[in-house]
Amino acid sequence: MNVKTEKISKPRKNALVMFIHKMGSPPWFYNFTGKFIPWFWAIFIVLTIWGLYLGLVKAPADYLQGESFRILYLHVPAAWMSLLIYSTMAVLSFIALVWRIRIVEILAMTSAPIGAAFTIVTLTAGSLWGRPTWGTYWVWDARLTSELVLLFLYLGVIGLYNSIDEPRKAARAACLLAMVGAVNLPIIHYSVKWWNTLHQGSSISLTGGSSIDPSMLWPLLIMAIATKFYYGANLLTRARVKLLEQDIRKAWVREVLKEKKG
Amino acid sequence: MNTEAASGSLSRAFLALLRRDLLLAFRRRTELLFPVIFLLVVVSLFPLGIGPGPQLLARIAPGVIWIAALLATVISLDALFRSDFEDGTLEQFVISGHPLTLIALAKIVAHWLVAGLPIVLLSPLLALWMNLPTESLGVMILTLAIGTPILSLIGSIGVGLTISLKRGGQLLSLLVFPLYVPILIIATAAVMAASDSLPYSQFLGLLTAGLITSVTLAPFAAAAALKISLS
Repeated sequence: MNVKTEKISKPRKNALVMFIHKMGSPPWFYNFTGKFIPWFWAIFIVLTIWGLYLGLVKAPADYLQGESFRILYLHVPAAWMSLLIYSTMAVLSFIALVWRIRIVEILAMTSAPIGAAFTIVTLTAGSLWGRPTWGTYWVWDARLTSELVLLFLYLGVIGLYNSIDEPRKAARAACLLAMVGAVNLPIIHYSVKWWNTLHQGSSISLTGGSSIDPSMLWPLLIMAIATKFYYGANLLTRARVKLLEQDIRKAWVREVLKEKKG
Repeated sequence: MNTEAASGSLSRAFLALLRRDLLLAFRRRTELLFPVIFLLVVVSLFPLGIGPGPQLLARIAPGVIWIAALLATVISLDALFRSDFEDGTLEQFVISGHPLTLIALAKIVAHWLVAGLPIVLLSPLLALWMNLPTESLGVMILTLAIGTPILSLIGSIGVGLTISLKRGGQLLSLLVFPLYVPILIIATAAVMAASDSLPYSQFLGLLTAGLITSVTLAPFAAAAALKISLS
């Protein structure tokens, strides 16, 4: 018993715990992330230019699909991001609801519009690719349909968040919805998979061998990393603005604004 | 001893609330009929819009009846917590000491008895209108009987989240329809399989699994949603 109480009363000096604790404070978060954002944007731009150059110029045309296969360098990374951001949002929502950390609430909620944007890019690029390849812009195939439902889930979260006036209540309601959606997403995906018809099987698999040539694969991987930096940069930029907005009457925001002016 | 008394009071609270909600619903009988009439009108619009060809109607019957059931459920969902929220009864429930999950479940059961069960009972008439083959009528009724409680359960989460909004109804449909997708797919797949004289028990099994899962999880989520809305 004695040992236990001693452990609790002693202040923790663990660096990671301290870091996470500090990140919960708005001014600290604001200043800390501010240093990273320009780097994230820079890495994103460099990687995108490099990846698009390799993908759109260097990579050979597909023997079956011709030049139109190059849409994949936009479509596939965006599709990966649409799912990754939804799961990130659900995990952040869980953390926000359990520990009630305001910055995590903001991060979860600012993820939603970015994820929705990636979903729209996926759907648009996919249907533009579908026209020359399948001969139609839209088919009610499993993956297209689940991507569409994913967009609806994103729109629901964004809609709910923007409808409730009080920001923290809005965030918590939308976080709960994001988690309900995350529980349903696999069910939706597998139920929709039944009428799997036209969509080709995936060409890249982590376990088995990929059926894609390295010269075509590299640009894809570069683009996948670039989109992650885009997400990071966009997310942090949005979160910082949201923080300034919410804390507009607090002293630290006034200091920040004074620094910007002076 | 203590736990026995507590569980006794829990089930009593559940039944009392269920009885109250049903009584309130039957005192307002006209309002009770709106979703049912809505269901009939929506289904009758399809033959008018598509044409009365019996083969075509039979083909689309499961989908039409199920979509009409989804719409009718969403229309009636708003009444689930609305009046209790507006007159402060819901806050009294929260401070009553009874778990909010139990209260939510009682209200969901009452909602299904009032709004879901009529859909199940009316489905033979709808099937007749839509020229659904008689051999798949039984499966149609079964899918509705298993599926409509899931609609009420999942819908209750959406209502809990939107209840504090003045005009939550439009948002509600955006929130819950994507979550209804699997039920719609599985239920209509079951009826279509029965129409084609294919095995359909696996779909009914999946639907039942969905019912069990949502009975277990949805009341907790609905209670959490209500707590956020009341904060």
